[in-house]
Amino acid sequence: MAIATIMLVDDEVPFVEAMTKRLKRRDLEVEQAFRGDEALKKLTADSKAEVVILDVKMPGMDGVETLKAIKSQAPLVEVIMLTGHATVESAIEGMKLGAFDYLLKPCDMDHLLDKVSEAAAKKRQHEEKITNARIKEITARRAY
Amino acid sequence: MTQNSNSLMPHYRSLTRNVVLLVIFISFTPMAIVTGIVLKQFSASHHEKIHAHLEELVLKHQQNIDSFLEEKVMDIRFLADAIDFDTIGEKNAAADHLYRLQSAFGTVFVDLGVVDEQGQQIAYSGPFKLEKARYEEADWFKKAINNPYFISDVFLGLRRSPHFIIAVRKNWKGRKWIIRTTIDFLSFNRLVENVRIGETGFAYILNREGQFQTQPSFDFTPTLDIYNNYFDALEREGKTVEIQERLDGYGVKSLYVSALLKGGDWLLVYKQASRDAYSDLHKAQLIALFFLVLGGVAIVAMAFWLSARMVRRMATSEQEKEIMNQQVIETGKLASVGELAAGIAHEINNPVAIMVEEAGWLQDLMEDGAFKSREDIEEFERALEQIRTQGKRCKAITHKLLSFARKTDSRIEDFEIGPLIEEVVVLSAQRAKYSNVELTTHLEPKLPAISASHSELQQVFLNLINNALDAMEKTGGKLEISARQKEDQILISVADNGPGIARANLARIFDPFFTTKPVGSGTGLGLSICYGIIHKMGGEIKVSSALDAGTTFEIRIPIEQKADVENKSEIDVASPN
Repeated sequence: MAIATIMLVDDEVPFVEAMTKRLKRRDLEVEQAFRGDEALKKLTADSKAEVVILDVKMPGMDGVETLKAIKSQAPLVEVIMLTGHATVESAIEGMKLGAFDYLLKPCDMDHLLDKVSEAAAKKRQHEEKITNARIKEITARRAY
Repeated sequence: MTQNSNSLMPHYRSLTRNVVLLVIFISFTPMAIVTGIVLKQFSASHHEKIHAHLEELVLKHQQNIDSFLEEKVMDIRFLADAIDFDTIGEKNAAADHLYRLQSAFGTVFVDLGVVDEQGQQIAYSGPFKLEKARYEEADWFKKAINNPYFISDVFLGLRRSPHFIIAVRKNWKGRKWIIRTTIDFLSFNRLVENVRIGETGFAYILNREGQFQTQPSFDFTPTLDIYNNYFDALEREGKTVEIQERLDGYGVKSLYVSALLKGGDWLLVYKQASRDAYSDLHKAQLIALFFLVLGGVAIVAMAFWLSARMVRRMATSEQEKEIMNQQVIETGKLASVGELAAGIAHEINNPVAIMVEEAGWLQDLMEDGAFKSREDIEEFERALEQIRTQGKRCKAITHKLLSFARKTDSRIEDFEIGPLIEEVVVLSAQRAKYSNVELTTHLEPKLPAISASHSELQQVFLNLINNALDAMEKTGGKLEISARQKEDQILISVADNGPGIARANLARIFDPFFTTKPVGSGTGLGLSICYGIIHKMGGEIKVSSALDAGTTFEIRIPIEQKADVENKSEIDVASPN
């Protein structure tokens, strides 16, 4: 059983490929998207991703835009911003908009895994709370 | 640098010449006018003074001489009353009278004679042997006998030496007697001889026939017509003294001041060479001229020195400006480089990240002990190859930046603009991609080469592209660069469909330090540097834009013929390659 399912969103294909292999070896399910809109489509359709690792600088929909869209259309998914040194401001902006954290590219694998775990945990906690609230609501209704 | 100052040398030379001429003209004109006016006035006034002075002099002497003659006549008259004509012929009678005359009035009376009606001298006392002389044929006698008194002209007479006589007629016992005396010629002459002024001024007396009555200081022969002219002038016009200036017999310009004497029989003439008479004036004029010349030389020297210095200062400051311009261009370029750097850093980051991940992947594989099977080896090869590829990519990116960051080379070279534009587009490609700007080029193939500084032109296009990308960063858009040839120019346009430029800002857009970017984002120097660079190569840069309608920059660059790099201003019609 995988530790978590993540989606890698970055326009650099070789990077995504290499990362995917390494993360798979570390027991992560990895989905891929190479553009912001592609990621969004997948997330709102049949994606099982719990954490999205999102590159900040992308052509088309850039990182921040994609983040906003994810937060509005798939709010439960946690987003970790992936940024080069020059674009830390965008990452911080992303965090203000609801991103979980940010990582510097090139990344330290262990560091990334830790963050992913934390993000996944948070997401699951959140989901649990929602489920509990639902149950409470249903059982409360039943009381009549 | 040197080629700029060389091309400006004729400009500086003509500027210097113009300034020198202007200064000289402005300094000389008033000086010359004032000097001219003052000298003229002074000359006129001086002439007047001299004339007046000479007239006074001549009048005074005229009066002197007339008085002298009158006096002598009076003296003889007085004597005549005392003569007893019956006894005058006796021995020593005349001598007594002469003695009395001389002791009373001096030796100006040389001798004394009494002549009867018939012209017979009946008594004589004096240094000459003239007793018993007969004068009935003498001119003077004829005149003397018919007039109460008579003064003769100077003549040689019986005694063969120049003298003149004064004769007084007396009626005595019904008969006419003439008392005659000779006036000492020398003392008479002295009256006139002493009239000496300056070096060439002297006086003489002439009679109506133009014969000298005195011994002139300088020997010459008077021209009768001219002196008759004076006689006429004095008599006809009733002037007391006549002054004229004309050439004398030797061709020397002289002043003639004349007055009548002896009731109109004689003419007293004072003559002086004009140059002598006006010598004071001439001296003053010479001094003024000397100072004029001295001043003139000083003015000319100063004009040259001053203008040379001024033009040299100008040249220096223009040179300094040129240096500063270069520095500003350099600074602008470094600012561009700074902007580039951010984009480039991200660009490099990607291949580096890939390399790191692939290497990490290889490490993972090795940890698993996989390098035995065929697929493993293939996987290794693939990963390593990817690392190499990304490494080369890094190299390309750093080279891009390095080539641009090289010190601005103002060297003029011939090159084609197409490849340059492509180069700059590649530099900016990544940034355009991330700003969602579609960057396209439409470059006419085989555009003729131009002569310009390669790196400066690079800077221009990078600047324009960066500006467009800055404007469209949030919204994205299209940026199109096209280049084509039109007659003897190459037209390049950089057009975007971004937010455009407000009309109020359009006019100032090329001004240095003008920017609409927030503080810290832009220096405002980019476009003014572009303007300077394009104009330096004899081209034009124009902008057309409207809010929300996009912006287009149009650049025209003349196609230069090989020959003359220094005549930048001339645009020859190029023959298409």
